[in-house]
Amino acid sequence: MLALVAIAVPVLNQAVPASSALHLSPFGITLIGKYLCYGMLALAVDLIWGYCGILSLGHAAFFSLGGYAMGMYLMRQIGPRGVYGDPILPDFMVFLNYKALPWFWYGFNHIAIALIMMLLVPALLAGVFGWFAFRSRVTGVYFSIITQALTYALMLAFFRNDMGFGGNNGFTDFKEILGFDLHSDRTRVVLLVITVVALAASYLACRVIVDSRAGRVMRAIRDAESRTRFIGYPVESFKLWVFVFSAVIAGIAGALYVPQIGIINPSEFAPINSIEAVIWVAVGGRGTLYGAIVGAVLVNYAKTYLTGAFPEVWLFALGALFVLVTLFLPRGIIGLVTARSKDK
Amino acid sequence: MSVRDKRLYLEDLTVSFDGFKALNKLSLYVDPGEMLCIIGPNGAGKTTMMDVITGKTRPDSGTAWFGDSIDLLKLSEPQIVAAGIGRKFQKPTVFEQLTVFENLELALAGSRSFLKTLRARISPAQRQRIDEVLEIIGLTEQRRSLGRILAHGQKQWLEIGMLLMQNPELLLVDEPVAGMTPHEIERTSELLRSLAGEHSVVVVEHDMAFVRSIAKRVTVLHEGSVIAEGDMDKVQNNPRVREVYLGE
Repeated sequence: MLALVAIAVPVLNQAVPASSALHLSPFGITLIGKYLCYGMLALAVDLIWGYCGILSLGHAAFFSLGGYAMGMYLMRQIGPRGVYGDPILPDFMVFLNYKALPWFWYGFNHIAIALIMMLLVPALLAGVFGWFAFRSRVTGVYFSIITQALTYALMLAFFRNDMGFGGNNGFTDFKEILGFDLHSDRTRVVLLVITVVALAASYLACRVIVDSRAGRVMRAIRDAESRTRFIGYPVESFKLWVFVFSAVIAGIAGALYVPQIGIINPSEFAPINSIEAVIWVAVGGRGTLYGAIVGAVLVNYAKTYLTGAFPEVWLFALGALFVLVTLFLPRGIIGLVTARSKDK
Repeated sequence: MSVRDKRLYLEDLTVSFDGFKALNKLSLYVDPGEMLCIIGPNGAGKTTMMDVITGKTRPDSGTAWFGDSIDLLKLSEPQIVAAGIGRKFQKPTVFEQLTVFENLELALAGSRSFLKTLRARISPAQRQRIDEVLEIIGLTEQRRSLGRILAHGQKQWLEIGMLLMQNPELLLVDEPVAGMTPHEIERTSELLRSLAGEHSVVVVEHDMAFVRSIAKRVTVLHEGSVIAEGDMDKVQNNPRVREVYLGE
């Protein structure tokens, strides 16, 4: 399925003439890329929620941090082509009267360092946060609430101008990545293919984890945590490993999202984004991995359509969808499909 | 110190909760391979005693030794499990979404770290051990069934099987037959009797017929102390036991 996307998109965009009905517009590519990045975020949520029973309502924070790390690289790539033409400082810093680059921006002109930070920052935050939360045996709804607080706190912090991350405008006006023009169709197609590969690789990594004995321990923790502890498994350490790994996947998704969408700002940290990610997983089918991806793509497709056609209806539709799925499809769309095939 | 040949020594254990003495200078010994039943009215201290042995509760005074060399009061709960004491709780908890086989797999002795379990494979010896335990608990046919579809009795046996995977020298079993059908009770009785000999087994139970069917030795607790010990007939004819427990 993913391979199909990886092949069809370049062909439909590059080889099919623009006049044909089958031609895929740049806008279409960006949309598909966005859906797939969301699919990766949903995958990350499903790994910890579906298999380990940890309901994180702050996963968009890791997604956004990965996105910001990528954004910092892209801002440095603009160089002297910004509105103010400063070769070092991004426009917003000139505007805010920065005299020199803040220390935490050093190195972000190198893609390698930027890539490391995309992985490291979400991992570190998840590691420290998870270490405190799991060690104190914070579980269930309490954990969900503090993850909401985490992403909300980060949103408020990133809204501040003196944080050095562009305040409420965030980063935008990107020009190129690794010297390739971000606005050319060819770059867009390549980014999409990279996204497909990253999604497939993350899916396989998650699949390997959940099919290993460690995956069975995760499900044991989900279903009977104290029993798992009693037969000798260090439950907290399992949760921490999985939480950090999941945060890294979310970070990669965010890093791939930003160059395709062309903007990152603090509203990505909004608590609603994390909640939506959980809804995608619930709709697709919790605890299946591929269900999460399907859910993310379908719900976001519906969102694109509904916010275009009936903008005021979308939030109600989303709420209704979540209620209906919870009540009638506890195993999501995937559950519906597998139940059908078993009946035969 | 004299030569000791018991599996478990509890001596002068006292535990109090807000002035209430759950255990009051309790002393009790378990022989290697012995099947011991512990009975007593509610609040007699049976569960507290199990909690002390497994490290969940620390006593105010007294000693608890496992064999000649292991001081249980110095070990944490997981260390006590690793030392060879397995406990089956009253309410059966098996992993509902895992198969019978996988339940036993997770209970295998071996490294418990995330990275090790990520790469763990079942060795032929381990597979054989799982097959043996499946045989002992009589769930060979259900090996691929999910935990949640097992009957109540089967869950209890699976849980005993999970304890056996770690080959404990001492098994603590809390009310194994509560809620079982007569047929299941019979099977459980056979199972526990087959375990005694290789393991020391301590059973806490209310069901007198069941106790009579399995135990050679019965200990009666009352208000945190042992008030009688011996075979079932002797205990049942003890006037003090009749007074406090059998309600005469």
